[in-house]
Amino acid sequence: MTNLQSVLETIRMIEKENLDIRTITMGISLLDCIDSDGEKARKRIYEKITRLAKDLVKVGEDLEQELGIPIINKRISVTPISLIAAATSEEDYTAFAQTLDKAAMDVGVNFIGGFSALVEKGYAKGDRILIQSLPNALASTERVCASVNVGTSKVGINMDAVRDLGHIVKEIAERTKDNCSIGCAKLVVFANSVEDNPFMAGAYHGVGEPDAVINVGVSGPGVVKAALEKVEGESFDVVAETIKRTAFKITRVGQLVGEEVSKRLGIPFGIMDLSLAPTPEIGDSVARILEEIGLEACGTHGTTAALAMLNDAVKKGGIMASNHVGGLSGAFIPVSEDEGMIAAVNSGALTFDKLEAMTCVCSVGLDMIAIPGDTPASTISAIIADEAAIGVINNKTTAVRIIPAIGKDVGDALNFGGLLGYAPIMPVHKFSSEKMIARGGRIPAPVHSFKN
Amino acid sequence: MKGIVSVIGKDRLGIIADVSTTLTEQSVNIVDLSQTILDDYFTMVMLVDLETMKCSFKELSDELEKCGQRLGLSVKIQHQSIFDAMHNLEYGGFNR
Repeated sequence: MTNLQSVLETIRMIEKENLDIRTITMGISLLDCIDSDGEKARKRIYEKITRLAKDLVKVGEDLEQELGIPIINKRISVTPISLIAAATSEEDYTAFAQTLDKAAMDVGVNFIGGFSALVEKGYAKGDRILIQSLPNALASTERVCASVNVGTSKVGINMDAVRDLGHIVKEIAERTKDNCSIGCAKLVVFANSVEDNPFMAGAYHGVGEPDAVINVGVSGPGVVKAALEKVEGESFDVVAETIKRTAFKITRVGQLVGEEVSKRLGIPFGIMDLSLAPTPEIGDSVARILEEIGLEACGTHGTTAALAMLNDAVKKGGIMASNHVGGLSGAFIPVSEDEGMIAAVNSGALTFDKLEAMTCVCSVGLDMIAIPGDTPASTISAIIADEAAIGVINNKTTAVRIIPAIGKDVGDALNFGGLLGYAPIMPVHKFSSEKMIARGGRIPAPVHSFKN
Repeated sequence: MKGIVSVIGKDRLGIIADVSTTLTEQSVNIVDLSQTILDDYFTMVMLVDLETMKCSFKELSDELEKCGQRLGLSVKIQHQSIFDAMHNLEYGGFNR
């Protein structure tokens, strides 16, 4: 029998340290729903999603009960809609977003990702229309998440798309300003996006994926922090080893859930993504892990090194615990969704520039950051360009999910509530990037991309 | 298929008797049992065999929760596989 201490450790992790399965995400290919008639395509999309995902929520709830671990979200990701809708002659893809929204609502999932376009090397017809449809689509749906990939290490950065997205982000903020500009929280601008990410808002189902797949995301910043509390003052060798062991245990639970969901639904298990994904709750913060390592406040000197070690140790621990690790796996550093990050911003310890530095070593990028509503579109584009450059040069995924708070300025805050949390508005640089962004074109692929 | 019943709370008379009765009523066999007093709390873990169980897992879980309410402590059942997955390198999946 598993010994008493091990049983109690597991129970403590779940009940006191907020260990949870953050998401079971079903990836669904919509390639077989393509039709030149938009109405027909949408009908097929709705039918396919609701057919494959009809038992997703129930199976998740059953397992939650049997294993005694919370499974917070059940979600769906689909093939980038720009590819599916391009076959139609429609000039606005909002109706596709509304179909996804309805399908998500009818099967009971809280988000559906994949209102997406991959434009790293240029726009195809559907990409341009999808991007132009974003403000309308995100303002008229509740559960749809969108993403655009603007760069890869293999091909460089599409600076036309970067320029356009600055305007689009502002327009989405404006269109959803009565609701904290929440539309912007549902758009991720990526470099090196991954095709099997189960986490929102950036999940989509890549074209190289099978017809349907189950990906699982597991989280537990509180568990890592609690483990580190027991090794206070020890060397980094001990700290890294402690994180690895903890990550192994957490990932094993995700693997178990993924395999079983896959079996019960008859859909193959894709990948397991161990990402320390914080929530605004006390005891569920990545910033507090960094502080436990020995920083007075997250954002001070030493934060980047601590985060780099954390991110790496999480991956190492997770890799052996799952037969297929994928997605983003590492530590997320969203501002509004992390109680410790919010506190660090409010105390002045954490600045926008430090966050940018942290994105060089975290698992994604600038995430859930509110900025002044009067920030020029070109500055937003420049923020996206910087972040994409970090990803492209360092062969990692980076992303930008920022929210211009319309009518608000530094000192104010956006309160989204729920998992999206609370975002104090952070100052950005006032000096213009206008002429740089106006250039457009493409930043060429970095020299280390030529590996053939 | 095996489950782990965990009982945590303030010590009192008849805890083992009451939990065992609840399990026996549903034909659930206790395979192994281990208990200790941890920080003044009574802590007991039982390995139980669910193969002969007369009710559904959810019903058993509800019965045990009611038993916990009667005794004023926490009584839970979880599938054994979650503990195996976390703590045994060679775990064998959900149904072992």
